[in-house]
Amino acid sequence: MNLKQSFILALKSLQTSKMRSFLTMLGIIIGVAAVIILVSVIDGFKSDLVGQFESLGSNLLTVNISPRGGNRTVDVDDMLQITDENPELLAYCSPTVMINQQAKFSTETSSTTSVTGVSEDYNKIQSLEISQGRFLQYMDIHKRSKSCVIGSYIAKEYFDDNAIGKTLKIGGNTFTVVGVLEEKASSQESSDDDKIFIPYTLSRTLNRSAKITSYLYSIVDKQRSEEAKDVISNALYKVFSNSDAYTVIAMTEMIDMIDEMTGKLTLILVGIAAISLLVGGIGIMNIMLVSVTERTREIGIRKSLGAKKFDILSQFVVEAATTSACGGVVGIILGIIVSIFLSGLLGFKAVISVGAVVIAFSVSVGIGIAFGYMPAGKAAKLNPIDALRHD
Amino acid sequence: MIDLKDIYKIYSDGDSEIRALDGISLNIKEGEFVAIVGQSGSGKSTCMNIIGCLDVPTSGTYHLNGTDVSTMKDDELATIRNQTLGFIFQQYNLIPKLTLLENVELPLVYRGYPPQKRKELAYAALERVGLADRYKKFPSQLSGGQQQRVSIARALAGNPKVILADEPTGALDTKTGRDVLEFLKKLNADGTTVVMITHDNEIAAQAKRIVRISDGKIISDERQAQNL
Ligand SMILES: Nc1ncnc2c1ncn2[C@@H]1O[C@H](COP(=O)(O)OP(=O)(O)OP(=O)(O)O)[C@@H](O)[C@H]1O
Ligand SMILES: [Mg+2]
Repeated sequence: MNLKQSFILALKSLQTSKMRSFLTMLGIIIGVAAVIILVSVIDGFKSDLVGQFESLGSNLLTVNISPRGGNRTVDVDDMLQITDENPELLAYCSPTVMINQQAKFSTETSSTTSVTGVSEDYNKIQSLEISQGRFLQYMDIHKRSKSCVIGSYIAKEYFDDNAIGKTLKIGGNTFTVVGVLEEKASSQESSDDDKIFIPYTLSRTLNRSAKITSYLYSIVDKQRSEEAKDVISNALYKVFSNSDAYTVIAMTEMIDMIDEMTGKLTLILVGIAAISLLVGGIGIMNIMLVSVTERTREIGIRKSLGAKKFDILSQFVVEAATTSACGGVVGIILGIIVSIFLSGLLGFKAVISVGAVVIAFSVSVGIGIAFGYMPAGKAAKLNPIDALRHD
Repeated sequence: MIDLKDIYKIYSDGDSEIRALDGISLNIKEGEFVAIVGQSGSGKSTCMNIIGCLDVPTSGTYHLNGTDVSTMKDDELATIRNQTLGFIFQQYNLIPKLTLLENVELPLVYRGYPPQKRKELAYAALERVGLADRYKKFPSQLSGGQQQRVSIARALAGNPKVILADEPTGALDTKTGRDVLEFLKKLNADGTTVVMITHDNEIAAQAKRIVRISDGKIISDERQAQNL
C-alpha cells in the first residue's frame, strides 16, 4: 500500500463524516487563520508606518540641541558648516523652528495650521514641489523679509487658489505669500498641506526664545547614514563635550526600530495563535483515537488480508495529516478573507505573506503527523485476532 | 503443506487456565478438503486462527509449506497471510465503506500490485462468484449469501494455496449454504487446499476428510472414501 492510496482513503474517510471532520479541523482552522491574520495585519501595519516615515524622507537626519546646553552653544552657521565640510555625506541643512503663533487670514484664525521657520534649502531636503510662485530664497532669509510659502490646503481654503501676493498675519506680523506648495495629502485640514513656511530668521521676533534647537539634514546616500550621523555627532561633541546635550536621529534608524518592534509583536502574537494550533492537534489526536477504536474490526480485516504494521500506521497517519492539512487550507483561505476585510476596516493594506501561508500549511501538516502518530501506532500494534473479534 | 505438532493454546484467566488447544498434531497435504467439526467451545476457531497465522500457539511447532511459522514476526506472518492464505469468515468481514471491487482488491493492494492489474484480478474473482455486474455496489446493498460470495471472491483473488473457512455457511440458509459449499468443492477440484469449520454434519460429509475436535483435542480423523 503506498501513500497515494492512503491519501485517497483518507479523503474518503473525511467525506463520510463531514460534520465530525469539520469539528476536528476547527482547532487547526482557527489556529492557522489566526496566524495568517496576525502576520498579515502586523505586516500591513508595519509597511503603512514605514511608508509614512519614508514619505517624511528616509534620507533625513534630525538634530536636536538641548535647550539647557549650558554656556556653550552652536549657531546656525556652525551647523551649516558641517554640511559644507562633508559634501560627500551631507546634502543640505535647515533649521526647523516651530512658531507658536496662530495664522490669521483676513478675519479667520486657523488653529490647525502649523507655522515653521526654515532656510531656503528646506524644500530640497523635504523634496517639496512648488505649484505657484517660488520657495523662500537666501535673500528672504538674510533680509528677514516677511514672506511665506503656504500649503495647498490654505491656498484653496482661504485664498481661492489665488494666493500669490496676498497677505496673512502671524503673531501680528503681516506676511506676503510668495509661493504655494504642490498638494501632498489631498488638501486636508491639519495635514501636510495645512502648513506655512517662513524664514527662520524671523523666529526670534515671533517666539520668545531666541535659541534654535532643531535642525534637519538630508544625506547624500542612505547607505551611509551612520557615517553622516557620526560626522554631526562628532562636530557637536567638540562644542559641548557632553553627548547628552544633543541628539542625532537618522530616519533609517526609525525604520529599523519599527522593524524590530513589529517583529517582536509578531513573534508574541503568533506564539499565542500557535497555542490554538496545539489545541487543534490534540483535538485531532483525540478523534483519531476514537476512530481507531471504532475501526478496530476494519483494522483486523486488513491485517488478516496481509496488511503490515507500516500499512496500518501510514493509513492513519496520512488520514490525520490530511484532516489537518484540509483544516490548514480552510484556515489559510479564512485568514486571507478576514485579513482583506480587516485591512478595509483598519484603513491600511494587509500584506498577505507567502511565507506565513507556506509555514502555516506545513505546520498544520506537521501537527497532523505528530498528533496522528500515537493513535496510528496503537492501530498498527493491534493483534489481528483481537481486532477481528472486536465489535 | 500444513503441519501442526503438539500445539497448545492456553488462556490463563487469573488462577484458572483454559486449554483451548490441548496438544493438537495435524498434517494436511496439498489438495485436501478438510472439515473440522466439534461442539461450541471445543477449540475449532482457535485451531483455525493458528493455521491462518492470525494467532500464535502457546507452544508447539507449525510448519507451513516447509517453513516454521511459529517463530515468525508479525510482518512476516502478514506476508504469509497475504500470499499463501485466503480467509472466509462466518460474518463475511467485508469493509462497509468500500465497494465490492475495492473489498476484493484489498489483498492485492497489500501485495503491492499496480492498480490496473489488481482491478482486473479482482473483477475476474467477482466474475467467478457471479457478482461482477455489481462491482460498484457496497456490501450493505447485498444479501448475506451474496456478501459471503464476495468474501469468497476476496479470498481467491490472490490465488492462494490454502483457503481457510470458519463456518462459511453458519449465517446462511440451507440452500445458500449448499451453494457456497459447492463453490468450495469446485475450488478444491481446481487444486486449492481447503480447510473448513462447520457445525453441520451434512456439510462436513461433503469433505474429503473430517477432523473432530473436543475440548482442544482431536478425537477422530477420518478420510471419506466416497468423496476422494
Ligand atoms: N481470547 C480468549 N481468551 C480466553 N479464552 C478464549 C479466548 N478465545 C477463545 N477462548 C476459549 O477457548 C475455547 C475455544 O474457543 P473457540 O473459539 O476455538 O471455540 P469454537 O470451537 O470455535 O466454538 P464455536 O463453535 O462456538 O465457534 C473456548 O472455551 C473459549 O472460551
Ligand atoms: Mg468458532
